Amino acid sequence: MPATRPKKRRPGAHIAVAGVNHHYRRSGSDVLSDVNFEVQPCEAVALVGRSGCGKSTLLHIISGLTLPSAGEVRIDGALVTGPSPQWIVMFQQPHLYPWMTVEQNVGLGLKFAGRPRAEISERVRELLHLVELDGYSRRNVQELSGGQQQRIALARSLAVYPEVLLLDEPFSALDGVTRRALQRDVRRIAVDMGITLVIVTHDIPEAVAMADRALIMTSDPGRIADIVPIEGDRTDREKRGAFAQASQKALQTAFERATGRTADGPLAQTSSGNLKVIAAGHR
Amino acid sequence: MSLGLAIDDAPAVTPVEGAAAGRPAATGRSWFRSTGYVLLGIGILLALWWVGGWVVASNPSTANFADFAPVPTFERLWRMAISGEAVRMALPSLGRIGGGLAWAIALGVPFGILVGRFKAVREASSVPFQFLRMISPLAWMPIAVMAFATWNAAIVFLIGVAAVWPVLFSTAHGYRRIDPAWFKVARNLGARPWHMLFTIVLPAIAQDSLAGIRLAVGVAWIVLVPAEFLGVTSGLGYAINDARDTLEYDRLAATVVVIGMIGFTLDFMCEWAVRRVSWAREE
Repeated sequence: MPATRPKKRRPGAHIAVAGVNHHYRRSGSDVLSDVNFEVQPCEAVALVGRSGCGKSTLLHIISGLTLPSAGEVRIDGALVTGPSPQWIVMFQQPHLYPWMTVEQNVGLGLKFAGRPRAEISERVRELLHLVELDGYSRRNVQELSGGQQQRIALARSLAVYPEVLLLDEPFSALDGVTRRALQRDVRRIAVDMGITLVIVTHDIPEAVAMADRALIMTSDPGRIADIVPIEGDRTDREKRGAFAQASQKALQTAFERATGRTADGPLAQTSSGNLKVIAAGHR
Repeated sequence: MSLGLAIDDAPAVTPVEGAAAGRPAATGRSWFRSTGYVLLGIGILLALWWVGGWVVASNPSTANFADFAPVPTFERLWRMAISGEAVRMALPSLGRIGGGLAWAIALGVPFGILVGRFKAVREASSVPFQFLRMISPLAWMPIAVMAFATWNAAIVFLIGVAAVWPVLFSTAHGYRRIDPAWFKVARNLGARPWHMLFTIVLPAIAQDSLAGIRLAVGVAWIVLVPAEFLGVTSGLGYAINDARDTLEYDRLAATVVVIGMIGFTLDFMCEWAVRRVSWAREE
């Protein structure tokens, strides 16, 4: 029953990735090799790895936008054979439709589902309130800031009542303050709405702030090297308090153990100054 | 030879600058000044025409053509407007333009989408299309006369042949500018093929297709008059020929003015339509 309001609060969907292999037909190179993991309903999992380790490809495979060369993905037991509004991807860029107003962008999935206009506009109002952009419905999306556009993309993704939200580094193009606010909001909304989260990131503080577990990926070919639970109270982690720093350090250490190298490059670029010190200390 | 060739001389697509933001209109003074320049331009054109008419009238060997001057022309134009003659001669021409453009759009937009969408189609069609495009539509005249049962159909064909290329090339160019992620997002939100066409593709290419249609209107209007020298006994081209044969030079000049005014109006309407559907902002 896609794009209709669920009767009661859902527990979120279970994701099972089993024996997934993927290679690019053109270059013949293996991108993913024997990837197996599960995500529990309403859990938030971060896929952490260096650029090019296949984490985005894995996210696309979970979403059904890409089909794996071998293996399968099941969401609540149902085999994923293609994209569906029940599992929605958010990309690094918001990819809003510039000829549509904010309202038309947010309500697009419901329009595709053939919902009545009154219901769509009611739902859009509700979601704009949720992402704190009340009163923006008539605005041209090109006039909004990067953070506002990403909030609209979030509202558009949530409008169709998804059970799974797949985030492909959706905040990496934003400034630090905006990024943190969105990380916090997405996590809060996912908990409130019963949505399972999978977050692709190369930013360890982001993984710590949003996820319950981190799956560390190595490259050539991409595989899951380690699964690390993220300790500490989540509210504290969101605020980046003392526990958060300990969790960051633990994840950082696990990351380096799994990948056999320090987290330089993209990790240090996007992480906080604090992490740079940690990373430098390990070099 | 790029497919974008036809675009290079396309009228600049004026984006809706801040229309939604309610940017204040140009100030009174600058409006006054630009209107002044417009009137000055018209004034210079009329003055040159008047001087030309005076030279023709004052030379005994050309004095027979004195009715080309502005005063007799506008007197005749006024009588033609009041008697309905202007409308009577313009309507068949507008009908033929409409028919030719309808064919050009019906063929140019779908083929343009195919050319933009499929690399194979683009590569296979590039040489034939560029070759056909460079043939003057009037060169088809004898073939059109033989191929079609009525003169009218032959003229519509000639207009269509002239108008189809800008529509096709602009549409292909517009399609290639589509952000591939727009398709991914739409598929994810549950778009069916017809949603993809009507909600994503057509609005995305509308500004380019309409810019092509605007070029096509210009070409079609130019081809119309010589095409109407063919067997028909109605329309502006026929009126010009008829006025020449009956030595009514004021009627001839008045018809020329009518042709110019209608062409100007058509172009203005196209420009307005392009502005209406434009979503691209200047970087």
